[in-house]
Amino acid sequence: MPQKEILQFSVSRLEILDAEGNLDADLDPRLPDEKLLALYRGMKVGRAADARMLNLQRQGRIGTFAPCTGQEAVSCAAALAMSENDWFVGAFRELGGRLMRNEPFWQYLVYHNGFEEGNAGHESGRTLPFSVIVAAQTLHAAGVAYAMKYKNEKAAVVVFFGDGATSEGDFHEALNFASVYKLPVVFVCQNNGWAISIPREKQTNSRSLAQKALAYDIPTVQIDGNDALAVYREVRRAIERGYEGQGPSFIEAETYRLLMHTTADDPRKYRTDDEVECAWKNCPLVRFKRYLEDRGIWNDEREAALDESIKQEIDEQVRIFESRRDFKNDALFDNVYSTRHAIIEEQRAMFHENLTLERHNG
Amino acid sequence: MAKLNMVQALTLAMDQEMERDPAVVLLGEDIGPDEGVFRVTAGLWQKYGDERVIDTPLAESAIVGTSIGMAFAGLRPVGEIQFSGFSMLMVAQLEAYASRTRSRTFGRWTAPIVIRMPYGGGVRAMEHHSESREATFAHFPGVKVVIPSSPRNARALLAAAIRDDDPVVFMEPKRSYRAFKEEVPDEPELIPIGRAQVVQEGADLTVISWGAMMRPTLEAVEMVQLERGASIEVIDLLTLAPLDHTTFVESVKKTGRCVVVQEAPRNLGIASEVIALLNEGAFFHLEAPIRRVTNYDVITPYFGRELMYIPSVGRIKRGIEETLDT
Ligand SMILES: Cc1ncc(C[n+]2csc(CCOP(=O)(O)OP(=O)(O)O)c2C)c(N)n1
Ligand SMILES: [Mg+2]
Repeated sequence: MPQKEILQFSVSRLEILDAEGNLDADLDPRLPDEKLLALYRGMKVGRAADARMLNLQRQGRIGTFAPCTGQEAVSCAAALAMSENDWFVGAFRELGGRLMRNEPFWQYLVYHNGFEEGNAGHESGRTLPFSVIVAAQTLHAAGVAYAMKYKNEKAAVVVFFGDGATSEGDFHEALNFASVYKLPVVFVCQNNGWAISIPREKQTNSRSLAQKALAYDIPTVQIDGNDALAVYREVRRAIERGYEGQGPSFIEAETYRLLMHTTADDPRKYRTDDEVECAWKNCPLVRFKRYLEDRGIWNDEREAALDESIKQEIDEQVRIFESRRDFKNDALFDNVYSTRHAIIEEQRAMFHENLTLERHNG
Repeated sequence: MAKLNMVQALTLAMDQEMERDPAVVLLGEDIGPDEGVFRVTAGLWQKYGDERVIDTPLAESAIVGTSIGMAFAGLRPVGEIQFSGFSMLMVAQLEAYASRTRSRTFGRWTAPIVIRMPYGGGVRAMEHHSESREATFAHFPGVKVVIPSSPRNARALLAAAIRDDDPVVFMEPKRSYRAFKEEVPDEPELIPIGRAQVVQEGADLTVISWGAMMRPTLEAVEMVQLERGASIEVIDLLTLAPLDHTTFVESVKKTGRCVVVQEAPRNLGIASEVIALLNEGAFFHLEAPIRRVTNYDVITPYFGRELMYIPSVGRIKRGIEETLDT
C-alpha cells in the first residue's frame, strides 16, 4: 500500500506597516482617525508609565516589576480591537493594554508596591488580575470562554502569554480544550525573543510558535507584533470568529523585550548590546507616528501636547498612589475564606496582639 | 577554608559533586549562561558545558519528570525550580512517581533525584515568590526534605543530598542566601540526611527551628540568655522528613520546656508534627505547654505586609519568655 499524504499545513506571516513606515494599503484596517489617535495615545501612555515605574523602582518606591517597553503594540492594539464585553486575560507584560482597558495606573502601582489591594481592579471590568504563574492563565481563558458560550453571551476572551509559556503543559491543555469545545478564545503569544535568559531558538525547536496551534487545528498566523495595525486586524478577525461560533484562534506576535526581564534581572549576562540596539530600530511607536503623520493627522506640536498631557496624567496617578495609606495590617485575614471562622479570627487577634507588643517594645 | 555565603557554598557543593561523579547533571530554567536567577550555578555551565548544565525549556513538570527518567537510567540529576512557588506544577511527578518508585518496585527502580528551590519570604519579592511549603513535601512518604540554615551546612547537606539514594527536596532559604558568610572547608564535607543538629546546649528550655528562622531564633535566644541568665538549648532540624525525633525528644526530656519556630503557616506545619512527637516521647517530662511561633493561616502576604506576618525576633523572644514563665 503506498503511503500517501493525508494532511498539509502551512503558516503565513502578516505585516501591514513595516519598521520604515511603509504601508500595505490593501491590508490596512482603515481605522477611523479617533481610533488611531486613541491607539497611539495608549501606546505612548504604556511607554511613559513603564519609564516612570523604572524610576519609582530605582528609588525604592515600588518593588520588582516586569517592564513592557517595546511590546506596547500587542496589548494596546488588542485592547482597541476588544469590546468592553470581551475578556482581557493577561500575564504580566501588558501594561499599555491594561491601562487602555481603564485599569487605573495608581492601582497597578499599589500592586507593585507589595499590596494585594492593587489586584482589586475596577468595578465592572472583565480584565483579570496579573498572572505570575507562567501559562496558567491560558486555561482560565478557556474556562471563561466556556462560560460565555454556555451563557450565550456575545463575548470573546483574549489571552496573552509569552514565548516561554508555550513550553508549559498548561498552554497545550488550554489550546486543546478551547479547540475541542470550539471556544471563543484568542490566544495571543507575545514572542519577545526571550524567556528571561533563554532565547526563543532554545525554548523550542519549532520553526514558529504559530505552528503549535496547528496540532490542535486552531487557525493560526504569525504577525509583526510591533505593527499595531497587524495586531488590530488579526485580533479583531479572531474575535469575530469567536462571536460566530468558529472557535479559537492563535496569533504569534513577534516583538522584542527592549529592557530587562524584571528589574531584578541583568540582561547583559545573556544578550548583546548590539542585538538590543538593533531592536530599538523596530520600535512600534516610531513607525506608528510616521503613519499618523503620513495621514496628515499628526505633527510635532500635537506630539508635544500629547507628551505633556500624558505626563500630567501619570503625575496625577502617582500622586494618588502615594496618597494611599489606608492599608489594613490585618487585611490578609479578611479574605482567606468567604466566611469568618473562629480559628482564623483567633489568629487575627494573636496577630494584633503581636503587632501591639512589637510596637510597644520598639 | 574560605569564607563563603550560602550561594557560594551551594555552588561549591555542586561543583565538587560534579567533579566527583560524572553521573551528576544539573537542569533548570536559566541555570546556564545566566547562572540561575540567584547565581547558585555560577561558573558551572562554563566549566561543565551544555550537556551537564541543562538550560531547560520553561516547564517545571518536565524538569522533575525528566529527572526521574534520568535517574532510572543511572544519572544523578539535580533539578532547580526557580522559586518554590512554581514547584506546585511538578508535584504530580514528585508524588506519583519520585516518592513511590522504590516502594512500588521493591527497590528494583529508584529515583535518586535532588530538587533544589529557593523558598521563603522577607526579600520583597513578587507574588508567588515567598512561600514556605516544606510541610507539603514532607507529607509525601518517600520524599526527603532538607533545609539548610548556613553556608557550611548548606554545602554539606547538598553534597549529601546528591549522594542520597532517595528523592530529596532541597529547600534553600533565600533570605539567608547572602545574609552572612561562614568558613567552609575546601575538602568535601557531608552532613548525614535525617539528623538534626544541637546548635547549642542548654538546661532550661529547647528551641527548635530550621531554615531562615534560625537566625532570628538565635538572636532571640541570645537576648533571653543575656537578660535572664537562662540556659537554652537550640536545635536546627536540617532534615524535615524523615524527622530526627530522637534528638529533640531527648533534649526536651532534659529541659522540660520547648518552643518551635516556623516561618510557614500554623496549620499542619512541621511544628505541629514536632509537638505531636514530643507529646508521644516526652510528655511526662514537660513542665509547660509547648509553644509554637509561626506565621498565620493566611495566603502568603505580598511584600508590603510580609514582615508583620513572618515570626520576628521579638515574637520568638516573647514565645521563649512566656514558656520559661509558665
Ligand atoms: C510556572 C512558572 N515558572 C517559572 C516562572 C519564572 N518566570 C517568570 S517569567 C519567566 C519567563 C517567561 O518567559 P515568556 O513566557 O517568554 O514571557 P516574557 O517574560 O518574555 O514576557 C519565568 C521563567 C514563573 N513565573 N512561573
Ligand atoms: Mg518571552
